[in-house]
Amino acid sequence: MAVARRLIPCLDVKNGRVVKGVRFVGLRDAGDPVDCARAYDRAGADEITFLDITASHEARDILLDVVARTADEVFVPLTVGGGIRTREDVDAILRAGADKVSVNSSAVTNPGLIEAVAGAYGRQALVVAIDARRRDTEDPSAGWRVFTHGGRVDTGRDALEWAREVDRLGAGEILLTSMDRDGTGLGYDLDLVRAVVESVGCPVIASGGVGTLEHLARGVMSIAEGGGGADAALAATIFHDGLFTLGQARGYLRSRGIVVRDDTTLETP
Amino acid sequence: MSDDGAIVVVDVGVGNLRSVERALRAALVAEGRPAEMVQCTNDPGAMREAAALVMPGQGAFGDCATALHRHGGEIAQAVREHLAADRPYLGICLGLQVLFESSEEAGGARGLGIFPGAVQRFRDGMTDAAGARLKVPHVGWNQVLPRDEAQGVWLGRTHWYYFVHSYYVLPEDSARGCIAGETEHGERFVSAVARGRLWAVQFHPEKSQAAGLGLLRAFVRGVP
Repeated sequence: MAVARRLIPCLDVKNGRVVKGVRFVGLRDAGDPVDCARAYDRAGADEITFLDITASHEARDILLDVVARTADEVFVPLTVGGGIRTREDVDAILRAGADKVSVNSSAVTNPGLIEAVAGAYGRQALVVAIDARRRDTEDPSAGWRVFTHGGRVDTGRDALEWAREVDRLGAGEILLTSMDRDGTGLGYDLDLVRAVVESVGCPVIASGGVGTLEHLARGVMSIAEGGGGADAALAATIFHDGLFTLGQARGYLRSRGIVVRDDTTLETP
Repeated sequence: MSDDGAIVVVDVGVGNLRSVERALRAALVAEGRPAEMVQCTNDPGAMREAAALVMPGQGAFGDCATALHRHGGEIAQAVREHLAADRPYLGICLGLQVLFESSEEAGGARGLGIFPGAVQRFRDGMTDAAGARLKVPHVGWNQVLPRDEAQGVWLGRTHWYYFVHSYYVLPEDSARGCIAGETEHGERFVSAVARGRLWAVQFHPEKSQAAGLGLLRAFVRGVP
């Protein structure tokens, strides 16, 4: 008996709409984040993540409305990230009904935000997202650098050092995205996942590159068994495109000996 | 006003009550009861009148305990009287922890002391059977093993719930009778306690999908 590995579908949201439509049977509006989140909740997602990529900070109210309506209908944890710059942004997102906020660029420029949020809401409410790129694409031993602002800004910081620092400052979890693998479908950068998992005490969510169910499994499989050792596997395209259902993914992980939540939990009481 | 009593969600300003309120309403509707039975308030008077109290809470034990004892401890007193009368109570996360006397997290802050015992943190450096480091906070879905058949009735038959916490309750030996369910994260810890119509859980039923709604439905069924 142990805590189950989690499967987390991630929806990119822009101006209140899902950027890449979700292909679900029976979805009323494939571009509506609320509908998509509800469908993932019913399908057995362990958590749901929204990543807001709206460029304008003025459009914040649209996102807050989406979060509030989603929170009314979804009974699994909801994480919201993207564009969160200040303590006020954090307060607004949590007040709207999100369970966790995910901060990325603003944590790098203002690490005090991590301490402030963890102090006010507890670590569990705070996910620190780290976007990392290999220094040498062929050689993981060269390490990884941290990028911010959607991958446009190279901070020059070492990803493992940054991971240790955010763990110390009060991150409840680290959402770790490989910029090298994101969007490729080639699988997680397992060297990166392992290196971070071994560097920190908080849970790590692997992200970036999932194309197959085996990729999900490898991300969360123990390091001793050749996996990344992550606590959760985040993916977007593989679920949105309807290639696999969450039920199939969970079944596959179980067949690989990974502890996942029992499907019977999903039965209506 | 309906004839149904109020289910009062105790608002002491720690954590997001909205998800608990929402899930309780859904449970009531599923049971054919009016959703309006749920009220969120910090008013001790409403708590004294309540048919049932729900105490959620995330964050720091100290903040929660301090808030309960604020303004001459009226809220703490209302909760104590409610429990003394064995009216339905559901504690969630901090709502479980504050039933105990003290916490490692907050040196001076006192809990309600309904049960003798303390709240302590998962130790760093724990490992699982395969030797992998166990994470703190304990985040995610885990199983609750009911202590016996009777506890299994309200804890449900599936037992997978969503946890997110770094601290857990440790009842003193004299209070071990209150243990309703346990969960494993490196070590076996107490994840549910019960006494009479008091139920309190370390996990979050409001975030535990159908299993959590099942537990909340069982709770509201017990509300007159």
